[in-house]
Amino acid sequence: MGRKLLLEKAHVENIRLYDVYRREGGYRSVEKALKTMAPDAVTEEVKKSGLRGRGGAGFPAGMKWSFLAKPEGIPRYLVVNADESEPGTFKDRYLMEFLPHLLIEGMIVSSFALGSNNSYIYIRGEYAWIVDILEQAIQEARNNGWLGKNILGSGFDCEIHVQRGAGAYICGEETALLESLEGKRGNPRIKPPFPAIKGVWGCPTVVNNVETIAAVVPIINEGGEEYAKIGVGKSTGTKLISACGNINKPGVYEIDMTISVEDFIYSDEWCGGIPKGKKLKACIPGGSSVPILPANLLLKTAKGETRMMNYESLADGGFATGSMMGSGGFIVLDEDQCVVRNTYSLARFYRHESCGQCSPCREGTGWMEKILWSLETGKGKMSDIDLLWDIQRKIEGNTICPLGDAAAWPVAAAIRHFRDEFEWHITNASEAQTRNFGLAHYADEIHVPATV
Amino acid sequence: MSEQQLFKVTIDNITIDVPAGTTILNAARQIGGEVAPPAMCYYSKLEGSGGKCRTCLVEVSKGSEKDPRPMPKLVASCRTTVMDGMEVKNITSPKVIDARAGVVEFLLLNHPLDCPICDQAGECHLQDLSYEHGKEGTRYEFQRRTFHKVDLGDKIQLHMTRCIMCFRCVFVADQLTEKREHGILDRGDHAQIATFIQKNLQNEFIGNVIDVCPVGALTDKTFRFKNRVWFTKPVNAHRTCENPKCCGEVQLWMRGDEVFRVTARKDEWGEVGQASNGKTGWICNVCRFDKKHIKDWVIEGPTKVNRHSVIAQGHYVGVIKPQETLPEVLHGRQPKLVMDIHDVSEVNKPNIDLSLLERPAHSTDFK
Ligand SMILES: Cc1cc2nc3c(=O)[nH]c(=O)nc-3n(C[C@H](O)[C@H](O)[C@H](O)COP(=O)(O)O)c2cc1C
Ligand code: SF4
Ligand code: SF4
Ligand code: FES
Repeated sequence: MGRKLLLEKAHVENIRLYDVYRREGGYRSVEKALKTMAPDAVTEEVKKSGLRGRGGAGFPAGMKWSFLAKPEGIPRYLVVNADESEPGTFKDRYLMEFLPHLLIEGMIVSSFALGSNNSYIYIRGEYAWIVDILEQAIQEARNNGWLGKNILGSGFDCEIHVQRGAGAYICGEETALLESLEGKRGNPRIKPPFPAIKGVWGCPTVVNNVETIAAVVPIINEGGEEYAKIGVGKSTGTKLISACGNINKPGVYEIDMTISVEDFIYSDEWCGGIPKGKKLKACIPGGSSVPILPANLLLKTAKGETRMMNYESLADGGFATGSMMGSGGFIVLDEDQCVVRNTYSLARFYRHESCGQCSPCREGTGWMEKILWSLETGKGKMSDIDLLWDIQRKIEGNTICPLGDAAAWPVAAAIRHFRDEFEWHITNASEAQTRNFGLAHYADEIHVPATV
Repeated sequence: MSEQQLFKVTIDNITIDVPAGTTILNAARQIGGEVAPPAMCYYSKLEGSGGKCRTCLVEVSKGSEKDPRPMPKLVASCRTTVMDGMEVKNITSPKVIDARAGVVEFLLLNHPLDCPICDQAGECHLQDLSYEHGKEGTRYEFQRRTFHKVDLGDKIQLHMTRCIMCFRCVFVADQLTEKREHGILDRGDHAQIATFIQKNLQNEFIGNVIDVCPVGALTDKTFRFKNRVWFTKPVNAHRTCENPKCCGEVQLWMRGDEVFRVTARKDEWGEVGQASNGKTGWICNVCRFDKKHIKDWVIEGPTKVNRHSVIAQGHYVGVIKPQETLPEVLHGRQPKLVMDIHDVSEVNKPNIDLSLLERPAHSTDFK
């Protein structure tokens, strides 16, 4: 069930090597694009496919490409964002580790469409061994004439460079990434100008996620319209989900966005249910930055419809009763998990990863972490909950880059949906040190839709 | 294009025409008064500055004539350029007031509030900001972040605990000196201004970091603890500086005939102003640190000080000495100094170096 476009060949032995990849039909899209299509036609196919960015924001990729400024005589760049540091997200790693040639193939086609003669992969520092895999694959591609000068006699030159980051989450933010790529401190830039006008070294640049670029391969092979037929509504194609937490089968799954969240968690094809027959308490469906949802709101929307694994359905209800697809890091929490503790660890992460440029994020993330720690360790006060709410509200939307929002949202959602658990940590401080709040009513039917 | 294109922008219901490319903040400064948002990191003389502190956030209620949609979020007025027909709300927007109060609280969160022993007090932008936009109390109940004080050479002291990470000093070093010797280490709330290896800033123009620092994080060691700024009188003066890049136009901070401190001349926004040669009036280290004698300078006259500034209280006319009450109540006994805020306390324990304490001195320190 479900079509696979990216991971179809992931289990073919030695698919990491060029010969096997090519034998399995690899690099066909490069042949098709470079020999039979004009660059704009490639962009047009991507537009038609409805492909949305897989890095978190879900911005339509074809649209992003068409915004790229094309002044005469100034080079343009494609930069692939392989910084993948969002807690809960590990799909790009899988893709690059097992199918490095898929990314390179997608990059050649995309570079051709964008007119980028030097394209970069900016990879998270901790993925050191993947750098070797990618570099080996690039070497193989070059040896076989897929990279270098005048590829396939089309007159198009392209080189791919791999740049390792130094281990900062913030360098996944596209402008911080560009700064870091230029060899500077990874501080996000103040926008505008956007990278499409002034990106790396002041030149027009497109930054896309690894999965986004890999998806260009099936789009070109099958055609944008065919690709758009998979999935529903504006959630076209397939999406990689990295599932983790309290599930029987954690791992990376390719889904076609037509399945329900419930199926995804409980079906043996995917997560395989929750270990030891425990109950579902909550879930963070799109990587650590997106709002956490209690079980009742996760499986059904506030309107009572079945929640599906796609962009629109996961976001149904806005932040009041919905969440986001984000980067596809699906974190499941069972009845034994403590939401306060979970929120504390996320706050700690964001405090540690803030670049420190703007005051709300620099100071606010640390403050939230400290308050959450005192709540978790039984030293909190009732007023702390409202204080947390006020702090997150003052960070959100007032910062340079979305990391501030990403730090605020998990805290806001936890308080919005699990306020009684926070209160219990205060009223039963000593008990909270020895046992968890449990399920309360988070798995029950929704009686009154949550608001705020 | 000889004629510059003018954009009409309305800020807090006041309309003004400004050249295209002007930022909202600079347009508001042209209107002046309360309409101008406070700016802690932006510095019009430093390229690339701004956008970081978020105190200058404003609401754009109408994007432009062509695209009248409001902007979804508050924007940093120092880094957002005006569009024709734009409508901006600063003090007329409750959202802005609320967000700004939040930013002030964030900026003060880890600030030591040691104004009583801080040289910047009286001319500190953070003091003004908290006075105008902050709240009396703090909701922060945790230990504040502290750093060790560091001497950056023999003339500049860095007290990182007070820093608000405006990046201005980094821009000064980038743009005024050939080779930047300090920068920002680490990230997030543990980020700090640092030199990394050598604890010494050597460039002949590096003293200007003291003038741009909005708080007391970078202070002039030749002036440290010598006086409170409001007891000194600012006088405009100049000399023919040997350094061709230095304008030699300064402000002397005097008491009697004694020159306590030399700084560049500041404009009404607290920024180093324009010198008579049309360039920004940065001054060299020699003028700033070494020319501390009145004979070194040609005095032009008293500096105009805004009468709202605390410095104005040390002004020239009609100074009435307050009546000394202490001798009366002491009946001829000598007053005893309990605590002395100097580098070295000579009263209680000469071996205690107060400047090594990371906080105000306390009676237990002298036990
Ligand atoms: C703090 C932060 C971290 C991010 N980290 C990543 C990341 O690790 N990988 C990624 O692809 N995008 C990340 N993004 C999103 C990128 O800024 C950018 O939107 C994305 O790379 C665009 O690619 P797409 O359109 O293909 O999704 C991050 C954004 C923020 C604000
Ligand atoms: S929001 Fe946080 S991470 Fe982003 S620029 Fe500001 S301080 Fe840096
Ligand atoms: S030391 Fe002063 S000028 Fe430098 S960043 Fe800190 S507050 Fe700004
Ligand atoms: S002055 Fe605009 S953000 Fe600091």
